[in-house]
Amino acid sequence: MPFYVSPEQAMKDKADYARKGIARGRSGVVIQYDAGILFVAPNPSGALHKISEIYDRIAFAAVGRYNEFENLRKAGVRYADMTGYQYDRSDVTARGLANWYAQVLGSIFTESNKPFEVELVVAEVGESEAADQIYRITFDGSVAEEHGYVAMGGQADRVAGVLKDHYADGLTLERALGAAIAGLSGNGEELSAGGLEVGILARERTHRTFRRLTGARLESLLDEAKGQG
Amino acid sequence: MGGSFFGEKFTSMCLNAGTSSFADLVASCAPELLPGAGHAVDPAAAAALPHGTTIVAIRFADGVVMAGDRRATAGNMIAQHDIEKVLRSDDFSCVGIAGVAGIGLELVRLFQLELEHYEKLEGRTLSLEGKANRLSAFVRGNLSAAMQGLVVVPLFAGFDEDAGQGRIFSYDATGGRYEERPFHAVGSGSVFARGALKKLYTDGMSTDDAVLLCMHALYDAADDDSATGGPDLARQIFPVVAVITADGFRRLTEAEAGESARAVVQERMSSPGGPVAPLRPPA
Repeated sequence: MPFYVSPEQAMKDKADYARKGIARGRSGVVIQYDAGILFVAPNPSGALHKISEIYDRIAFAAVGRYNEFENLRKAGVRYADMTGYQYDRSDVTARGLANWYAQVLGSIFTESNKPFEVELVVAEVGESEAADQIYRITFDGSVAEEHGYVAMGGQADRVAGVLKDHYADGLTLERALGAAIAGLSGNGEELSAGGLEVGILARERTHRTFRRLTGARLESLLDEAKGQG
Repeated sequence: MGGSFFGEKFTSMCLNAGTSSFADLVASCAPELLPGAGHAVDPAAAAALPHGTTIVAIRFADGVVMAGDRRATAGNMIAQHDIEKVLRSDDFSCVGIAGVAGIGLELVRLFQLELEHYEKLEGRTLSLEGKANRLSAFVRGNLSAAMQGLVVVPLFAGFDEDAGQGRIFSYDATGGRYEERPFHAVGSGSVFARGALKKLYTDGMSTDDAVLLCMHALYDAADDDSATGGPDLARQIFPVVAVITADGFRRLTEAEAGESARAVVQERMSSPGGPVAPLRPPA
């Protein structure tokens, strides 16, 4: 065990470690549709969530190590509620939240021995499709603004390739769901409602726009998506 | 993004707070933001701050109705004609406030956030008792301000999904919580409202009857208490009426509240004291 490791090497080791951890898990998909933003992730657990509400028009999706991103999720909810309380509800933005997450993850990456093995997406549904915002924050605190769709974790590149073929602006919810499923069922496996976690930010709702799609509603949507796909 | 507010302490609190209570989070990050936070006030001066009112709440067949008048007074002046003192706290509950309006409204705002915050963090809504308990803690937190004249007295009502019925809770300034069955009123006009409710209430009323009863009770309160406002037909300002059932919270539209209020005013033209309860039981 060397006594000295160069900073470049230390950073590279941390980054490789985090990337491996994230690639080991399942992928997640965030995709815009005509009436909002759709989030889909394979998740057999009913209790542990990868996709969650942060604020009125903002939602959170993550891949990687559960306890780490769960901690970040709670911190994000606290940040959002405090901002909204101190100023106004309309002053809470995905951009502000993404920047804050970048700061937090960046500090963790540089200062702690083990980086967080997580990749986050923070999305905000706007008044129109053009006003929707999607931000991806990686384990080292880099933020990128995304458009249309995001594939995160697992075999992200492969999933993104499939999404690219299926995506177009103004998709219906069924088509967007179909695209997400196509991307996620990589190994030819069938993804059923029971093994999926699905959420939406619905543009037309007032106040809290986030909704989980479960049970019979999700099953019928999946059937329609398969029918059209 | 905010300046020094979002510094290290805040970030660290967000990551490590270990509590699902929004009020506790605010208390540790920015206690000066809490309503009634340690401001020394001369009790006489407190009387010059805007005060509310009368708030009534009654159980009925499908749940609970809460209604509040629209007047805010500061001393002998009317500070506001259309203040809203009955507010939705979440999908199945509401709070009406009597006392110092500024602090009361902030208290409700904080309470709304407390419930929403818990729900987002924990993935479930609090039980109705849990919500009533949290409000108790907030009222207690205001006690030192209350002792200096900045009193806030809430009335809390909601639909209890486990019990399958509406429930009403009143509070005293120390945060003491009392369940009220089957109706209650708070505020300067509450004595008059309660008299009306006592004579006219029956179990298992319909929604329309329950709303009408609230309108009558508020009308009687406004009749005898200068700090409670009656329906303002000229400006079309009517009591705020909230109905909470198994289907959730719904505030009556201006049109609906107006219709009920106008019916009351019309009836009072011929019977100024309102509906008369029979003196002797039927033979």
